[in-house]
Amino acid sequence: MKKRGLHSHRNVLAKTPTNIQGLDEITGGGLPAGRPTLVCGGAGCGKTLLAMEFLVRGATEYNEPGVFISFEETEKELTANVASLGFDLTDLVKRKKIWLEQIRVERGETSQSGDYNLEGLFIRIHLAIESIHAKRVVLDTIESLFFELPDPHILRAELRRLFGWLKRKGVTTIITAERGDGSLTRQGLEEYVSDCVILLDHRVTDQSSIRRLRIVKYRGSTHGTNEYPFLIDEDGFSVLPVTSLGLNYRSSQERISSGIPRLDTMLSGKGYFRGSTVLVSGTAGTGKTSIATQFVDAACRRGERVLFFTFEESPGQLIRNMRSIGIDLEQWVKKGLLRFHATRPTLYGLETHLTTCIKMVNSFKPAVVVLDPINAFVVGENQVEVKTMLLRLVDFFKMNRITAFCTSLTSIESNIETTDIYVSSLIDTWLLLRDIEIGGERNRALYVLKSRGMAHSNQIREFRLTDHGIELLDVYVGTEGVLTGSARLSQETKDDADRLLRQQEILRKQFDLERKRESMEAKITLLRTEFQAMESEALNEIGEDRGRTKVVIQDRVKMARSRKADA
Amino acid sequence: MGIKQKKVNSRRRKGQPSAGRRERWVLRLYIAGKSSRAVTALRNLRVICEDQLNGRYRIEVIDLLKNPRLARDNQILAVPTLVRKLPLPVRNIIGDLSDTERVLVGLDIRERSAGRG
Repeated sequence: MKKRGLHSHRNVLAKTPTNIQGLDEITGGGLPAGRPTLVCGGAGCGKTLLAMEFLVRGATEYNEPGVFISFEETEKELTANVASLGFDLTDLVKRKKIWLEQIRVERGETSQSGDYNLEGLFIRIHLAIESIHAKRVVLDTIESLFFELPDPHILRAELRRLFGWLKRKGVTTIITAERGDGSLTRQGLEEYVSDCVILLDHRVTDQSSIRRLRIVKYRGSTHGTNEYPFLIDEDGFSVLPVTSLGLNYRSSQERISSGIPRLDTMLSGKGYFRGSTVLVSGTAGTGKTSIATQFVDAACRRGERVLFFTFEESPGQLIRNMRSIGIDLEQWVKKGLLRFHATRPTLYGLETHLTTCIKMVNSFKPAVVVLDPINAFVVGENQVEVKTMLLRLVDFFKMNRITAFCTSLTSIESNIETTDIYVSSLIDTWLLLRDIEIGGERNRALYVLKSRGMAHSNQIREFRLTDHGIELLDVYVGTEGVLTGSARLSQETKDDADRLLRQQEILRKQFDLERKRESMEAKITLLRTEFQAMESEALNEIGEDRGRTKVVIQDRVKMARSRKADA
Repeated sequence: MGIKQKKVNSRRRKGQPSAGRRERWVLRLYIAGKSSRAVTALRNLRVICEDQLNGRYRIEVIDLLKNPRLARDNQILAVPTLVRKLPLPVRNIIGDLSDTERVLVGLDIRERSAGRG
């Protein structure tokens, strides 16, 4: 059996699903069935909770009763602690789905004389397993025994025996352990539990806490190797394996309108791809949120759900502001198609934002998600982290065929294209809004910086916010550059006058030319007539001359004859 | 009666006077099956009791394989475990009781300092 396992496909390894959100995805189906798994981490990192949720879900969702052996907390404490996660342990214990047992050794009251073993512990675990026909066992935190019982050598040997014994019993076990200095656990338990080791971590960076989970090893199975953020909230444990998803999502051919007809035209006539990621970036007040809400409005009109994350404005303020451009968002909120989620980006860490976002998406199931603005997360030098978070988020959206619309605020001094470069690779369609200041006016211009998979327009359009939404107009492109607004209007008027003048000039010149041609031709005729007269006169003269020459020669011959010349 | 006094007193003084007062000792030995270690432990315990307690004792042997529930009820992990039920306070010694000195100290039959010296 074992030999076959080594050579055959990895899926052969039986796994026990945890049904803890995300954990089964990164472990490829759950924990190794019938074997022990070590969960280690520092104090307060969530080991007990992970273990407890594993049992509760096993008991309630897979009909696999579980034994929880606690070496630290009392039954009462445990019940109270997990009640906040919505687990009713008292009921589960009553229904024989869960067996709670606290193992307490009073330190100092026990001394040692000679060899001993932990048969008492074995008997207790055996009894617990038999009492409820348990399939899952948790030992939390068995290392405490090292503080309570003498002779670590015996303990080590006994724990090794215990893990082997549990394996033979075929129960899927979680053993929790405190993280040690330079090693995974204080007592080196990882040497005995070699099937699967999960490391939990709880860090505080920039005053915000980040929880992470990593599969250190998983014998006989592939697994995600990254550190995955996780959350503990009122729904329990959730791991976010978003980076493990990769790029194998199916891309959609379906196109959806941006809500702005001329923008659709610029995007090869049909708008965005469904499931793509759209970024609109621009300086303050260029109308990013307006473009977003126009899209939201269009989506809601199609009957799609939209989840709107606003990190700078309150929903009330946003609804009021958008009413000024003729978009009534309130109706969609009332119809349940639009949901706002407003938080300050600094309120909690990136991971928490990410997890909250994913959880909300999972529960609301929107077709469109708006993040306004994404760079609200960038504080100081954390661009890489922000990018990683967005990458996970974008992957997650794509997996779920959600069209993501992000806005990004760029500062006036910096070059727009480079400010957002850190997210560029994630973006499918990138719209740029620019301020153009001419003639004491500030006007907005929009163009499509990139749009993957479509022949998009390369034109700059003037972008106007009217009381009936967004309008795109042609801009004036001439010798004096791109003109918008009044400058464009005045330039156009000036151009019209110029054009008229130029046309008149041309007409005049053509007339002139015509006249010149006529006079030239008249002259040519005159010259020809004169020439013809001259010619015929000259020919006459030539004829007369020839006649005269002949006469002279004849006269000479006559003369010679008369002189009797001999020549 | 005498028990109440002992609670306030330090442990060092307990062993000798209690033995002198012909107090009854109740010692409970938890074992798991008749393993060789269990047999050794029981033999060692009997020898010590005969030597030190002179008939003022009672030994209860509890086989956890027969009464597994008692392991939970009495918080027993290690086997063999010797529990001094009386006189109070309860004291525990784990192991096969092969180290007599430590048993005497652990049971407070002999003062710790004296035992070591």
